[in-house]
Amino acid sequence: MINLTINNIPLSVEEGTTVLDAARQLNLRIPTLCYHEDLCIAGNCRVCVVEQVGMRNLLASCATPVRENMQILTNSMKVRQARKNIIELLLSEHNSDCTKCYKNGNCELQTMANEYRTGNHIYTDLIPLKHNKVDVSSPSIMKDDSKCIRCQRCVRTCAELQGVNALAVAHKGHEMKISSFYDKPMHEVVCTNCGQCINRCPTGALVERNYIEEVWNAIYDPTKHVAVQTAPAVRVALGEELGFEVGERVTGKMVAALRRLGFNSVLDTDFTADLTIMEEGTELLTRLKKALVDKDQSVTLPMTTSCSPGWIKFIEHTYPNLLPNVSTCKSPQQMFGALVKTYYAQKKNINPKDIVSVSIMPCTAKKFEAQRPEMRDSGYQDVDYVLTTRELAIMIKQAGIEFLKLEDEKFDRFMGDSTGAAVIFGATGGVMEAALRTAYELVTGREVPFENLNITPVRGMEGVREASVTIANVLPEWSFLEGVELKCAIAHGLANAHKLMAAVESGDANYHFIEVMACPGGCLGGGGQPIPTSPEIRNKRAKAIYAEDEGLPMRKSHENPEVTQIYEEFLGHPLGHKSHELLHTHYRARKRY
Amino acid sequence: METKQLSRVDLIFKPEGKEIELLKKKLNEDGDDFILELIDSGLKGRGGAGFLTGLKWKLAREAKADQKYVICNADEGEPGTFKDREILERVPRKVFTGMALCGHIVGATKGYIYLRAEYKYLAPKLKKCMADLNDEFKKIGLEFTLDIRYGSGAYVCGEETALIESMEGKRGEPRNKPPFPVTEGYLNKPTVVNNVETFVNTMIISEIGFKEYKKLGTDHSRGMKLFSISGDAVKEGIFELELGMSLADFVEEFGDGDTKAVQVGGASGFCVPRKKFKETIIGFEGIPTGGSMKIFNSSRSMYNVLHNYLDFFQEESCGQCTPCRVGCQQLLLGIEAVKRRERPSSYLDELMKLADTMKISAKCGLGQSVGNAFVSIIENFREEIVY
Repeated sequence: MINLTINNIPLSVEEGTTVLDAARQLNLRIPTLCYHEDLCIAGNCRVCVVEQVGMRNLLASCATPVRENMQILTNSMKVRQARKNIIELLLSEHNSDCTKCYKNGNCELQTMANEYRTGNHIYTDLIPLKHNKVDVSSPSIMKDDSKCIRCQRCVRTCAELQGVNALAVAHKGHEMKISSFYDKPMHEVVCTNCGQCINRCPTGALVERNYIEEVWNAIYDPTKHVAVQTAPAVRVALGEELGFEVGERVTGKMVAALRRLGFNSVLDTDFTADLTIMEEGTELLTRLKKALVDKDQSVTLPMTTSCSPGWIKFIEHTYPNLLPNVSTCKSPQQMFGALVKTYYAQKKNINPKDIVSVSIMPCTAKKFEAQRPEMRDSGYQDVDYVLTTRELAIMIKQAGIEFLKLEDEKFDRFMGDSTGAAVIFGATGGVMEAALRTAYELVTGREVPFENLNITPVRGMEGVREASVTIANVLPEWSFLEGVELKCAIAHGLANAHKLMAAVESGDANYHFIEVMACPGGCLGGGGQPIPTSPEIRNKRAKAIYAEDEGLPMRKSHENPEVTQIYEEFLGHPLGHKSHELLHTHYRARKRY
Repeated sequence: METKQLSRVDLIFKPEGKEIELLKKKLNEDGDDFILELIDSGLKGRGGAGFLTGLKWKLAREAKADQKYVICNADEGEPGTFKDREILERVPRKVFTGMALCGHIVGATKGYIYLRAEYKYLAPKLKKCMADLNDEFKKIGLEFTLDIRYGSGAYVCGEETALIESMEGKRGEPRNKPPFPVTEGYLNKPTVVNNVETFVNTMIISEIGFKEYKKLGTDHSRGMKLFSISGDAVKEGIFELELGMSLADFVEEFGDGDTKAVQVGGASGFCVPRKKFKETIIGFEGIPTGGSMKIFNSSRSMYNVLHNYLDFFQEESCGQCTPCRVGCQQLLLGIEAVKRRERPSSYLDELMKLADTMKISAKCGLGQSVGNAFVSIIENFREEIVY
């Protein structure tokens, strides 16, 4: 243990603790900007400087480990003067057009400026002197360099968590900026649209492309039938934006709010998550049969999931040779989009051209996905607008809905029913667990051999996880699977996916089925989720997801009666002709640059 | 305070020849003894920061690792410094054997010279010299090989951790310290980074002995130093002088008789006005320098001098930390605004506070030293900035 004093209060902390963390143990908050729990230490914004008695220079508390007998002052005159200057410097290169900013009210720099009452702007405004650009090329992400304070959280996110490196530091000195490869527009680079940079940007430099006005216009248009679907991870995070504690489930209130906003049909992506399991599970079993029984060399294993559009764009850029490994299933959002303008339109007797299909997603990559040219199998753009959890919260606030006081309501029928298996799609390992629950039972006629259906080995926050299930006493038609040990792997965060796929590519990995979600923690940590994010927040959301699963009467996708119904009425059977037409897709190889 | 008369020394450029012999001798001696001698000699780093060389080597020797490195910082980028180029042209063997000696003492088997991009023309000759020495080291039973790496023209890469980042193929940006390179340097292994001239000095100490060496210079500034003299000087060029002389003596010798100020230590150093020449000692007890001595006579505008330095810094800041990246721009725009009467002269006081903040809060030596030139010029030549 190391003994030191902070503001004359003695304490002892473990060796290796930073001054910043030591101060937190005393409930002392030192302001930070470039620091983020998920990322390596940069020590470059310098707002967290503190004084060590006896030293001329101040220390960046985030980057300085404690030493024996240190005497730290976090709020001395010297510290305050320097910190105020530094905040003023940041403000001088920041476009302080706060009232016009999308992040107004949710900006760390604004909060800090407010705290330090830096009203007099002593320094020269640098904004008019710079040639800052606003990049609106991407359907998912907007990048406004005039708001950037060069903390490099986005750069570290893109490199460390995602292994994508779409954002990097360019130039030096007064020209230093965060840029893309050759300063190309965001839609032309390797960006996966995952939005993790947005989740960690302290200002409004990186925000989602928002489609709030477009959705309002659709709602106000009397000729349109606006159908909305909501992803599983939204219901465990939306509350954070609207006054609830982290980890509070607000499914019923969310449904009620969507009705009050004026959506004509309030439906659930969870329905197509269940459908995904039917399709993807069948696809896996088919691939296994072809490989194990027919010895078909053209079959590619391991098969990977395809729900995460950030992951899809990543593999298209980074491992195009492994695209045959990816399941041909569309993501639940896109399956839903294709069905809402076909099956649902027929059932409800609405002309599909009058349907505006909106989805609420924890994700920014889904905005890109919805606009892919492949996603028009209904004859129209299958999903018209994608809103993030944050955008939905903005709409609820704009409509003056007192969210806290809403009575719980239920989703509409037809494509509103779902199971616990669908809910857990929102957490890393969830698709795997849902698939195993169904596939195992399909093959053996028995439930998965885990207590209360909870396949705990696939759960957790470890970056790459492995699990295996031995299939025994199978039903006669699946005899080829008797005794097979089904090997699975799970990765979340693209840097982890990178590692896993490198092992697959080199032949070091011997799996049958791989689940990848682009974002840390899975969709619950998605780029469209409430800000801030941290390991603790993601853990709480995961807990909520698994609680939602446990609380539902049906917990296996194949038990969803609406799923049975849609196969009877419309699709025929999994991987059937109609499914292929509407629920499956193909991918394209993309270049790295 | 102890001062020395200005006196010329001739140790650094003495003809080469004895290096391998000296090195061989050291191989058979106790490394700890040499470290004590090195510490006792009082030799401080010749790049400008002035860290005790013996202590640096001691820390690296004590660090436990399977691999250690020695790096020679030949990124000589401080405006007005050109002495390392001369050393590398004339006595490269002294530099390289100094590195090998360091390798032997600290337990490093690999040495790199990080050569300033503009000095690439020296590379063929240096490579030949290194190849010869690599063979000679092998012959005397020393496991140490030399190699070369090139800078890409960024001033900040003279800062040792930025230099290391650059060598690792990354953006040349300073790291957080601690950890220091002696424990986690190149490829996160213990690394000694010393200036070209420092390595030569260690060879001189091993030749003449620390006692003889200590006779040169003052208590706080032992030995001699190469000075790169430029500006309004009657004698320009490189001069090897004993440390500890007064600036008055220096100006007497090198100035053109009309000297108004001397910038000691380059853009990151201090500007000393005539009235302070007598009391200013050139050395670590007074104003240290990596070698750059720029003499200004009365025809020079100190506004232009400062403007030039700030323009340099706003370009050469790596840009990662706020005080340096934005601070440099604000200082430059600030003096321009005062000059143009867009701001009152009292704005200079605001900028002085900013310079102080930069000194104590910037991440590395670059940002911390921008305030040196700024404060010393504003304090002494305020009217030239305003009018």
